[in-house]
Amino acid sequence: MTEPILTARNLVKRYGRVVALDHADFDLYPGEILAVIGDNGAGKSTMIKAISGAVVPDEGEIMLEGKPVLFSNPMEAQQAGIETVYQNLALSPALSIADNMFLGREWRKPGIAGRLFRQLDRPAMEKFARDKLSELGLLTIQNIGQAVETLSGGQRQGVAVARAAAFGSKVIIMDEPTAALGVKESRRVLDLILDVKSRGLPIVLISHNMPHVFEVADRIHVHRLGRRLCVIDPKEHSMSDAVAYMTGAKMPEQMEAA
Amino acid sequence: MPETNEKAGQDFEQVLDQSATEVASFDHRDRSPVERVQHTLHSNPAAVPLIVLVMSLIVFGLIIGSKFFSPFAMTLILQQVAIVGFVGAAQTLVILTAGIDLSVGAIMVLSSVVMGQFTFRYGLPPELAVLCGFIVGGLCGFINGALVALVRLPPFIVTLGMWQIILASNFLYSANETIRSQDISKAAPLLQFFGNKINIGGAVLTFGVITMVLLVLLLNYILNHTSWGRHVYAIGDDPDAAELAGVRVKRTLISVYVCAGLICALAGWVLIGRIGSVSPTAGQFANIESITAVVIGGISLFGGRGSILGMMFGALIVGVFSLGLRMIGTDPQWTYLLIGVLIISAVAIDQWIRKISV
Repeated sequence: MTEPILTARNLVKRYGRVVALDHADFDLYPGEILAVIGDNGAGKSTMIKAISGAVVPDEGEIMLEGKPVLFSNPMEAQQAGIETVYQNLALSPALSIADNMFLGREWRKPGIAGRLFRQLDRPAMEKFARDKLSELGLLTIQNIGQAVETLSGGQRQGVAVARAAAFGSKVIIMDEPTAALGVKESRRVLDLILDVKSRGLPIVLISHNMPHVFEVADRIHVHRLGRRLCVIDPKEHSMSDAVAYMTGAKMPEQMEAA
Repeated sequence: MPETNEKAGQDFEQVLDQSATEVASFDHRDRSPVERVQHTLHSNPAAVPLIVLVMSLIVFGLIIGSKFFSPFAMTLILQQVAIVGFVGAAQTLVILTAGIDLSVGAIMVLSSVVMGQFTFRYGLPPELAVLCGFIVGGLCGFINGALVALVRLPPFIVTLGMWQIILASNFLYSANETIRSQDISKAAPLLQFFGNKINIGGAVLTFGVITMVLLVLLLNYILNHTSWGRHVYAIGDDPDAAELAGVRVKRTLISVYVCAGLICALAGWVLIGRIGSVSPTAGQFANIESITAVVIGGISLFGGRGSILGMMFGALIVGVFSLGLRMIGTDPQWTYLLIGVLIISAVAIDQWIRKISV
């Protein structure tokens, strides 16, 4: 098998006396969609935050393309090419769509206007944002300058996914991207995920929605009690198996698959 | 969309192929005039204070007559609000990050005292003393910012404490001693630089007034057209989202408080020009006046919304009311009463605009 693009070994994170991550491992291979499932409080979110730089693990190491990396904030993970769509989307409601897409990595105007007066290149950013949104078939939004708070839930999700797809060069992580959406919007987002995959970017998908997970995932990472319980192939296991593993109703036959 | 049609998704989604394809569109029924007004106001946060300003000018002009519209009276208002304009600019930056700075007035006075005392007590050249005043202002702001961003104390508490600490240091250091205006103009006229005036046909513009307007315009540019400005708004909106999106929240917060401190130091310098002397008891109410200007200017105390131009209009509204009522000859308490009414109405209007406007 090819080398994993992103691996984590023995991640530990404690919050006071609560152990959120108990020597967790993680592997992501190039070009795949890896679903991460687990019960509430299993530590999925903490693990994802450790990989995306929002949480610094107490122990353990993370390797990106074979090189050890240590992210102390989300910006460093972004610079390394890991983009995350958070469950709360991490959008600023009062700012425009374009401002949100470029938050933290704005483009400045060329020449003196940008270098000396640090003026933002609004037209270029707006054009880029519009292109990315229409590329993903999301442009039902008339005005790229309108505030994000005026968008519907599905449109906001679209903006967050477009931001990740536009800037992620190595890995895209999506935390519950369909949780707040209706049937049609969920379908859009799943199509979007497959679309991103077809461009060769690997995706980590955290979801509670078993039908969605089994439809798009190549492998399923089952997280339980702060660590990886097993990795299963959705073609060989049923949804009820997966649910049984993640809730502890059943133990996988051969512990540790990957 | 590629690939998915052959996979066809979940069973229950089969019917989606025949589902309606038109995009959810806006209901294009004619919006009522009220809704249209609401929408306009929502997209232009400085519009409400500007309208109130123009209306109050018209009303006072009608009552008082041409005496009120004289260039002298108009520029007098500007001179009276100049200090509040500076301190309000500092306050705006902090309030946009969903904070509040109660120590702005104290920083201003301490900086002006440092500029004065360093010149007269230690005999430093005034240029250097002014620089020291700025350093002290920036340092006070840095302490505020570090306590807010790194120690994570609420801005209200931090600046309430710093207000007392700075004011007390100010009195202890200056020994409650005023430096007289004549001495300053003789020995260090640089300190009174912002008191210099330009007369244009009865209109009297001090350098302080001109600088205040330029500063507000500069900050308006920075807040709207640089990434630092956008980050200030994003932090006020939702600091966690901003952090996850890649904004360096702590660094930006500290820089905001340092900027506020530096602007207050500038205000301290302008204050010397305005009152002529260096007095440790000047500007006692600058913090409350600045918050008043910010609120009347339509900037949300919850952060992330509003325009610094609104703050300037807010300060001018207060100035128009004070001068107008004084020229009519009413008891000055009416001014405070009306300003109280203005504050509450400003916030009420703000809530109304935000309620349903899309």
